[in-house]
Amino acid sequence: MIDTNTKRLALFNFWIAFGSFALASVFGMYQVLERSGLLSFIQSPAVYFASVSTHGVLMAFVLTTFFIMGFGYYTATTSLKMPIWNPTLAWAGYAISLTGVVLAAIPLLLGKASVLYTFYPPIQANAFFYIGATLLVVGSWFWTAIMIVMSHRWKKAHPGATIPLPMFATTVNAYLWAWTSVGVALESVFQLLPWVLGLNDTIDVGLARTLFAWTLHPIVYFWLIPAYIALYAYVPVAAGGKLYSDKLARVAFLMILVFGLPIGFHHLYMDPEQGIIAKFWHMVGTFAVALPTLLTGFTVIASLEMAGRKRGGKGLFGWLGSLPWDNTMVLAAILSLLMLVLGGFGGIVNASYAMNAMVHNTAWVSGHFHLIFAGTVVTMYLALGYHLWPKLCGKKLFSNDLALTQLWTWFVGMAIMTTPWHVLGLLGQPRRISAVHYNSLLTLAWHPYELLMILGGLVLLGSAGLFVYILFKTQTAGAMEASSVEDASIQSAPPVSNWLNNFVPWNLVILALMMLSYGWPILQFFVLKTYNPTAWGY
Amino acid sequence: MNPNSWISKIRSWLSLFEQDTQIENLEKKWLYVAGAMIAFFVIILSIGAVVLKVNPPSHWETVDSASLHLGGEFAEDKLGVKPEALDDGTIQVRLVAARYGFYPREIIVPADNKIQFRLASADVLHGAHIPMTNMSTMIVPGHISEVTTVFPKPGEYPLLCNEYCGMGHDHMWSKVTVLSQDDWAKTGGKQP
Repeated sequence: MIDTNTKRLALFNFWIAFGSFALASVFGMYQVLERSGLLSFIQSPAVYFASVSTHGVLMAFVLTTFFIMGFGYYTATTSLKMPIWNPTLAWAGYAISLTGVVLAAIPLLLGKASVLYTFYPPIQANAFFYIGATLLVVGSWFWTAIMIVMSHRWKKAHPGATIPLPMFATTVNAYLWAWTSVGVALESVFQLLPWVLGLNDTIDVGLARTLFAWTLHPIVYFWLIPAYIALYAYVPVAAGGKLYSDKLARVAFLMILVFGLPIGFHHLYMDPEQGIIAKFWHMVGTFAVALPTLLTGFTVIASLEMAGRKRGGKGLFGWLGSLPWDNTMVLAAILSLLMLVLGGFGGIVNASYAMNAMVHNTAWVSGHFHLIFAGTVVTMYLALGYHLWPKLCGKKLFSNDLALTQLWTWFVGMAIMTTPWHVLGLLGQPRRISAVHYNSLLTLAWHPYELLMILGGLVLLGSAGLFVYILFKTQTAGAMEASSVEDASIQSAPPVSNWLNNFVPWNLVILALMMLSYGWPILQFFVLKTYNPTAWGY
Repeated sequence: MNPNSWISKIRSWLSLFEQDTQIENLEKKWLYVAGAMIAFFVIILSIGAVVLKVNPPSHWETVDSASLHLGGEFAEDKLGVKPEALDDGTIQVRLVAARYGFYPREIIVPADNKIQFRLASADVLHGAHIPMTNMSTMIVPGHISEVTTVFPKPGEYPLLCNEYCGMGHDHMWSKVTVLSQDDWAKTGGKQP
């Protein structure tokens, strides 16, 4: 039930996403090389910080937002078996987001917005950077509205029926994004834009950091949910089995929605402007949100085991060997889960409130989020790319072997790159330096790890290039294939109660939790006296 | 709507909720294991926070970053290691973080003694971290950061800025020398 217009919409979104991904990988390669200090003639803080700002914006905001929009449109039409509600609105959202990206990219590439992707007031960037970033978010709200309306309409047309799992999770993500983006939208509209346009001379940095933290944590679940949809809906089928528990999957998605939101202060553990009680409360929530991930690990691995046994695997671990390792979706799931285990361990360290002081803002943190985001999440995006391209283009995948090579190299490259970062972080290396200039005995110990990360960067750049090449060849030179109308991954959903088929009660719970978690921490900036700095260049 | 229909509605919701909780035994076991793991972490951290008072630096105290140099505790002559210890023996250190250094650039403090750092930024965001120790805090313009720690090992440590603060960020660091209690007593806490 996917018409030509929807296919085009999905492909247009995906190309912006994966094009940005390939471009950002080139920046990433330059950064490891520059930072290592191996080639003295490319050393330049100005270029490095412009590059790292662009890399962050492209990977974290552009790749993710456009991929999620494209995947959402595909999931909605195929799993609900109804056309896109108001395609004009969908294209308008696409155009607004793309305009935002272009507006932000110009100052970024000119080095006029080297404020990294987390903004950092009172350092001020060119106005177009903030305007562009805001437009990117505004465009994504069109998608949010379309997803919510479609799932609502489907429920009305099918009273008593259960929303299919992929669309249920997509709707969770739409609500999650609506809640998540409010923090950064408030910061942008009431603080950054008036300040950069000259309406306000000063900016309350504590408030800006608090509002950004509101967005900064749940946004990673916005990125993660499509990966989890693949793990729950596509992987068990690709492995030749079925999902172990549909019900538990729904519980996990709802837990992410509810617990993922009110916990942003683990990014502010080391900040002076928030108190111990607020930080402690957010810490408890941070641990609570590990629960849905533990459930996901269990359910997905159980589904893989059932598939492996069905294929003749015996013994405690024999089922692992009999899994179809030559299936891109299955291979991606295994590699993705491996990195999730390692990255999750690092996450427990970061979340640990007091222990975090040892690694805060060190290279450990870059290692952690590259494992979880570039590892776990992006690996599943890549596998979804391989899964969807033949369906969207009506062509056969260019080469399954190349695709498998690409997934393996992405995994190996990420392992080579993030291991030295974790070590460097424990040795105290700050994450956001462009080169090591400290004249200190301790920092000499960093050198060998600096060289190792270059190797990781090289492997990753090759892998990213290969990915885009495979998609491009599939679309332009792939053998024609009658596109399968139905996606076999969409299974009919068993009946569940209203609790697992309805979002109203959960949104009310979130409202209460958000008031509890962010009420006073935001109000204090209006009640207590603050001194706000003026703008600074860099 | 009459109250009876409300009650029956809630009842039917609750009974459906009961259905939802009927999941397989294996899943239930895993839920308990996962829940217990998380409870364990939170309990350990709670004991640390409440009993041992191990908390991240959190301290609401504001200051006008634009006028640090005009007087008050962050005026130039007040910076560095305070000559007299506080009543409980804690040694207080005041530092200004400004592009691109922590001022004064070199300080000497004793090992095995509580050291309380008070830091303020004169310009943008900075971060202070002494590697291999838990002396770490963000420094936000308009706020005073306060962090107390004990250095168990004497030696020379770099105090690094770990938050992007501009083109010279790579060069922003200062020296902290930790002396053993004996050496500290011999030098009488003399600063460089």
